[in-house]
Amino acid sequence: MQVPAPFDYERASSVDHALRLLDQHGEDARLIAGGHSLLPMMKLRLVRPNVVIDINDCVDLDYIIEDRDVLRIGALTRHATLLASDTVARLAPMITDAERVIADPVVRNRGTIGGSLCQADPGEDLTTVCDAMFADIVIRGRDGPRTIPMADFHRGPYETAVEPDEMLTEIRIPLRPGAGSAYEKVERRVGDWAIAAVGAVVWMDNGTIDDVGIGLTAVGLEGVATRAQDAVRGHAPDDDLYAQAGRLAASQSDPIDDQRGSAAYKRHLTAELTSRALRRAVERSQGR
Amino acid sequence: MDVTITVNGVRYQRDIEPRMLLVHFLRDELGLTGTHWGCDTSNCGTCVVLIDGEPVKSCTTLAAMTSGHEVRTVEGLEREGELDPVQQGFMEEHGLQCGFCTPGMLLTARALLDRSPDPAPDEIREAISGQLCRCTGYATIVRSVRWAAEHGDGAGTAPVAAEQEVGS
Repeated sequence: MQVPAPFDYERASSVDHALRLLDQHGEDARLIAGGHSLLPMMKLRLVRPNVVIDINDCVDLDYIIEDRDVLRIGALTRHATLLASDTVARLAPMITDAERVIADPVVRNRGTIGGSLCQADPGEDLTTVCDAMFADIVIRGRDGPRTIPMADFHRGPYETAVEPDEMLTEIRIPLRPGAGSAYEKVERRVGDWAIAAVGAVVWMDNGTIDDVGIGLTAVGLEGVATRAQDAVRGHAPDDDLYAQAGRLAASQSDPIDDQRGSAAYKRHLTAELTSRALRRAVERSQGR
Repeated sequence: MDVTITVNGVRYQRDIEPRMLLVHFLRDELGLTGTHWGCDTSNCGTCVVLIDGEPVKSCTTLAAMTSGHEVRTVEGLEREGELDPVQQGFMEEHGLQCGFCTPGMLLTARALLDRSPDPAPDEIREAISGQLCRCTGYATIVRSVRWAAEHGDGAGTAPVAAEQEVGS
């Protein structure tokens, strides 16, 4: 029987309340939202908080707002809500693609975008999405909010820029004209982590790729395919360009052999999925 | 800690350890052993119950987190001796063999029909894709849910409506 080690339970009624509790309990406390990453780790004693602070009542963190040139997503927004959102599908279809293959429908009823990002698992999908889309992350502490680029969010596996007395409150996806995006993932079965996955966003201008973001999942700790980005930026898309981007993304990936597949297979997937994601992103930018 | 959890319409107050998982609260504290306890890792889905109407894996939910909320288990499907259409459907279409996955399947099916009263087979497969069945190959489960959709008193009677019928 797997049960977590003993802990004290607190329920936060608001973000301010949660921050007060974090301040009070210090590094021994952990926030819990969906709990579908934290509780399994607590069962295995990989994490052993003395205090668990339930933030499910902080419903003012559950929102999806199109705010001029930013898509604002509250940290407590469930995967199921993101998957069902027409606003998200229209403005950032890469998120919809990714949500469709995150965990399974029942888990998606509980898990949240904020929880996924803060878990910071190297194989986690929304991290790639936020990397590729150049998202900004809003973190609140007692002194108020601060906003950092996604590039500064991760400090390493399972480690983020969120300090023990802070909490992630919002994800901000910048919206620019001419955008198209897609997420391509290969998994062994529903609910599993990716063998490999790639997210791509393009911003088109007059038939050329004006700007691009390419994020990689589960193929090494370097989550952004910068060489592939540099190769496609400023070019008109065609099959050769997609293939070249794939090769460069694969060359920058650093996967390991594990039970999900060999490093060689994952590198192959990285190339193929990069090409597919880019092609689909371009098609979507053209309304196809 | 004290929790108050409404299960199948009945309010239960208990003094529990904060670390108690909902599946154990249901089975060990309330004796509602219809909710099965399977993989412990939120993979198999036999422990699925409805929290405020939504399917959730109860092995990966603290009972404390559901305090103040409504839980529905397989014991809450039958009303006054009348099986829920999904239960009847699993009988009619042989939706189970060993029965271990069945409680979770039934509740996910109930929630699906409440949301989408006439689901296509693919929609049913997607809905139960987080739950494992090792007997049926899923084909008869899909047929069972379709049976419920076709025979559910106007295809998928919402539980609220069913409750009112019982009460009147």
